[in-house]
Amino acid sequence: MSEADCDSMADEGGETATLPLDPLPLAGWHRAHGARMVPFAGYDMPIQYDGIMAEHHWTRSSASLFDVSHMGQLRVTGEGAGEALEAVLPGNIAGLGEGQVRYSLLLDDNGGVLDDLMVTRMADGYYLVVNGATKWDDIAHLIEHLPDEITLNHMTDHALLALQGPGAAGALAALLPGVEALFFMQAGAFAWQGHELWISRSGYTGEDGFEISVAADAVAQLADALLALDAVRPAGLGARDSLRLEAGLPLYGHDLDPLTDPISAGLGFAIPRARREQGAFIGHAALMERIASGPVRRRVGLLLDGRQPAREGATLLSGDREVGTVTSGGFSPTLERPIAMGYVTTDLAATGTLLEVEVRNKRLAAQVCALPFVPHRYHRKEG
Amino acid sequence: MNRFFTEEHEWIEVNGDIATVGITDYAQEHLGDIVFVELPMPGTRVDRGGEAAVVESVKAASDVYAPVSGEVVGVNEQLEDEPSLVNESAETGGWFFQLRLSDTAELQGLMNEEAYQAYVAALG
Repeated sequence: MSEADCDSMADEGGETATLPLDPLPLAGWHRAHGARMVPFAGYDMPIQYDGIMAEHHWTRSSASLFDVSHMGQLRVTGEGAGEALEAVLPGNIAGLGEGQVRYSLLLDDNGGVLDDLMVTRMADGYYLVVNGATKWDDIAHLIEHLPDEITLNHMTDHALLALQGPGAAGALAALLPGVEALFFMQAGAFAWQGHELWISRSGYTGEDGFEISVAADAVAQLADALLALDAVRPAGLGARDSLRLEAGLPLYGHDLDPLTDPISAGLGFAIPRARREQGAFIGHAALMERIASGPVRRRVGLLLDGRQPAREGATLLSGDREVGTVTSGGFSPTLERPIAMGYVTTDLAATGTLLEVEVRNKRLAAQVCALPFVPHRYHRKEG
Repeated sequence: MNRFFTEEHEWIEVNGDIATVGITDYAQEHLGDIVFVELPMPGTRVDRGGEAAVVESVKAASDVYAPVSGEVVGVNEQLEDEPSLVNESAETGGWFFQLRLSDTAELQGLMNEEAYQAYVAALG
């Protein structure tokens, strides 16, 4: 499909005006499969196909194919790339074994979160996946802070698919025998019909699943082959959001931002002890202060009574005291009740704490609960 | 039977001075799976264009504005337990509320079914 075709179809859709960026490689494919498209992160992206609820349930019971090509795929190569990345990322990067995937963060000098990302050690460097809406800023930040001898390559010629759900491993192994040998947070190179794929066993739904990096000119063929499998149906960004909320996973720009530090966000696991002691990464001093003083507020899960969801921005109250804000909220298709994530003052962050949330001049009862709302079902090596 | 439609994708069925109000099939299709409907209190007076109800889908909340002015004389209590009724039968069993019209002249500017279908077709 040519770009001109995509543009004319976007115009017919009526929901998109001129987009600032080139269409993603599957834009036409999504329309042909009945997706409703919306502008997202500067692109025209599928919000849903059959409906968010149906796609959500299908992901939790079988396998869904998501296009996440709006995300930034970056390669960092050169002698000492691991050490160089450790000056920017607070994780144990240099020590990663080949094919190991880690969740990490880009921090500013105040310890605020600029983005969250996945980093994988490859044979000849590192592969990073960053958020779509922040990728340009991330690239600028990395270029500024990585030494000249390190090369940063933005893989704009690659698409990214996510196949998620308990049926994902069986489905993908039908096309790529051997892929089932990967465990959660492991990645490797595979070949399919002469195309190179980089596949990691990871995702953003709480389910077992895979993320597949593929050349843009081969992605439609791969998406067709996956969709031809009985277990697989397409899903859009709407279900991706309700799934990640149930899985208790923060969404950048909503649950995370530069005014939020990783400790308050409950992401301290991304900063291992050795890196805390050793320092030498952006934001270290501010972060250590925050660890010493303890966070003023914490990210928590909230279970709401009734059926009315509380959305981002809703105020959390304890008696008449404003004690926090909802940062993500919606209706959980799995639990069939409204759930939310938000930040509350530390003294009220304990599981079971009863709060109220203000929705349209009404107060709804909300109880602090542990995250995730729906247990993760990752294919871990230990289990 | 007189059925009217608004550009905000509501339908209004008028019997004497009582108007039954709901959202159109086009609207429910675009909202997606509806999980909650907040209805006005019977006895409330609503003005044309004022907020009268709220529809929540999995993803987002949307206001429903009163297409005409009047007093709320009934609400569809079934929606409390079964909000998905709006998805299943938006233009019949999924009605929202009933108003006693305060000014039937307000019906003048509304579309009939044919005009509404043309309006929706033009939206693409």
